[in-house]
Amino acid sequence: MMLIYVLCMILFAIGIYGIVVKKNLVKIIISFCILDYAVNLFFILIGYKKDGIAPIMMPGQDKAQFVAQTVDPLPQALVLTSIVIGLGITILMVAIAIRLYDKYGTFDVMKMRKLKG
Amino acid sequence: MNDRSGMTVIVKTVVRISASLILLYGAYIVAYGQLTPGGGFPGGVILGGAFILLCLAFGKETAFRKLSVNAASVLDSAGALIFLGIALSGYAWGVFFLNFLNKGIPFHLWTAGIIPLCNIGIGLKVGAGLFGAFIALTAFRVVKKGD
Amino acid sequence: MQILPLFIAIPMGAAFVLAMLLKARHSVVDILANVVTAVLLALSITLIMTKGTITYEMGRWAPPLGIVLVLDGLTVLMLLIVNLIAFLATIFSISYMERFTAKAKFYSMFMLMLTGLNGVILTGDIFNMFVFLEIASIASYVLVAFGTEDEELEASFKYMVISSVGGLFILLSIALLYAMTGTLNMAHLSQIISSQKSGIGFLFTAALMITGFAIKAAIVPFHAWLPDAHPSAPSPVSAMLSGVFIKTLGIYAMMRVLVNVIGISILGRAWGIMLVLGAVSMVIGALLGLGQKDYKRLLAYSSVSQVGYIILAFGLGTPLGYLAALFHLTNHAVFKALMFFNAGAVEYATGTRDLEKMGGLSEKMPVTGITSVVGTLSISGVPPFNGFWSKLLIIIACIQAGRFSYAVIAILVSVLTLAYFLKVQRLAFFGKIKETLSNIKEVPVPMRVSLIVLAVLCLVIGLDAFRIVQGMDSSWLVRVLLNPAKEVLVNGTGYVSSILPK
Repeated sequence: MMLIYVLCMILFAIGIYGIVVKKNLVKIIISFCILDYAVNLFFILIGYKKDGIAPIMMPGQDKAQFVAQTVDPLPQALVLTSIVIGLGITILMVAIAIRLYDKYGTFDVMKMRKLKG
Repeated sequence: MNDRSGMTVIVKTVVRISASLILLYGAYIVAYGQLTPGGGFPGGVILGGAFILLCLAFGKETAFRKLSVNAASVLDSAGALIFLGIALSGYAWGVFFLNFLNKGIPFHLWTAGIIPLCNIGIGLKVGAGLFGAFIALTAFRVVKKGD
Repeated sequence: MQILPLFIAIPMGAAFVLAMLLKARHSVVDILANVVTAVLLALSITLIMTKGTITYEMGRWAPPLGIVLVLDGLTVLMLLIVNLIAFLATIFSISYMERFTAKAKFYSMFMLMLTGLNGVILTGDIFNMFVFLEIASIASYVLVAFGTEDEELEASFKYMVISSVGGLFILLSIALLYAMTGTLNMAHLSQIISSQKSGIGFLFTAALMITGFAIKAAIVPFHAWLPDAHPSAPSPVSAMLSGVFIKTLGIYAMMRVLVNVIGISILGRAWGIMLVLGAVSMVIGALLGLGQKDYKRLLAYSSVSQVGYIILAFGLGTPLGYLAALFHLTNHAVFKALMFFNAGAVEYATGTRDLEKMGGLSEKMPVTGITSVVGTLSISGVPPFNGFWSKLLIIIACIQAGRFSYAVIAILVSVLTLAYFLKVQRLAFFGKIKETLSNIKEVPVPMRVSLIVLAVLCLVIGLDAFRIVQGMDSSWLVRVLLNPAKEVLVNGTGYVSSILPK
């Protein structure tokens, strides 16, 4: 079970690596998406339970048994929110990357250096 | 074919039939959000997807005739304002964001108080917003000068 | 306290109404935006006299299940600063933003940013804080790219990537906190954390938090985006970003989470990292600022340096340190907003931000000239202006805590600050006027109003602070605003008892 969290962290590290090392705007955006998904995956795994059932409580159900059986619904709601935020940021990034491409004719960060240091 | 924009006639025919069905499905997902998996956000994405499909199949002119960019932007704001309005109207019963409507019987359509209304607002916002974002990314390209 | 949700609802509603008014006349949009910020300022002034902690349960869902809004001394102080600067920035925008076409879009994004800032300040739920943080950040990315010139787009992209990664660090740490405690309400979190023995998991979480918030606050190893992003934004937005944005999203949120939720005692000696971060930010920001030729870029580096002061004072962890940090935070918001307005006024009149192309501007623009002198004297800590008192308090707090080397650094950086701002004064405002600039005019009235109000505030706060010589409580500002805010931080994880009913 621990392995799956480690894999999440590896995904996270890959995202960071991509953002730091890659020089292409599109690749940076993809790295950001990987990073975003790594965090979302980690969050959703917290609520995961093997063979868990959907958290819908029926009338007359035993509370302790219910808690033991179901997956945690809260991370799912939170991850949905964070996916939407990630979607917004990604759209904005892509929009700006398109505008930059129109201005410079390239996605290469090294070739668009109006800013100094 | 006199209308050259968009894709082939097969795609157009299929889209002509399916687009309205997709819209209907989106509306269903929004309206039944409090009962079944789904709700404002997924339903809104489906609604927006129907217009994006129109845009892909027929070209952007036809899609704009159905839903212009300005209309999408107004709907986008309207969705958010509906949501905010519901939240603010909780003040009439004393507390911000109060679920002031009758909760109703579980597993019936009109239940859960303000949640269906909120879902409608969210659905509008997400559908129009997604369509607007799609248009902004594809249609409004600045033409590059000098090459 | 029925008005608390209005701090979030009013600007959010205004943002979407403004987004529908894209075709409306500029005067309509101006009036709407200014009325909204004026109302918010008035509401935050009414909060000054509140005593103790007040919670507001959204939709009557009691904590820890529901989301609460929390009003305590720190919140009141931050709300007042944010809404004051926002009000002056919208007044300034009336004339300044005329040269951009989409004024309604600008105000819409500005309101969305204000929503995010007020939300971060008020919320008592940690995930809610993340959401508001990202709302404010996304709005600020758009505002930085507002001019859609090459540099602005590049700066916005850089800012967006770095700052979003910071946001993801915060999200990851929230996920870890949730995994360890099973709650998201900040008071409940704090209660559970203090009842648990092992601290290593929380230490790791705190490290992630510090990284995330340090990126948002542009503390030195993570400051790379700020000198690009802040100058690229339109000047009223630069003033908001430098004046309140990095403080709310970076410093306030960091302090709230570390001091009130996780608790300094768990961090133990690791808390000392704040001192180092602060000192490094101060020195490097000031050194890099010395070499700048671009007016707004120089101001941006100075923000890095001044944020270092605030972090250093927080890092001391003593009551006086907290007080000094909050005092400097207030003062920096006032004078840095003033200086960015000045830079905006100069840019508006001359069309350039390059210091070497300016000269003798005080002759033609007396109001801008005089207010910029006030700003310079304030930021470099010359009495009787406000910057002097907060820097003095920071130095005294350093000495009181036995950190003499940090006190020396603070004094030296203050001298450096004076040096590079005197350079600005000499190049831009004094000397002979260049021939290319011979027909410039003073800026329009709304811009002058913002400048004068802030300059007067600098002086008034400074004069008010004179009375701390007779004892801390004789100064109005310290007694009414800073002391309650300080108490919240000194109280630490005692924050819980005032929110969760027992």
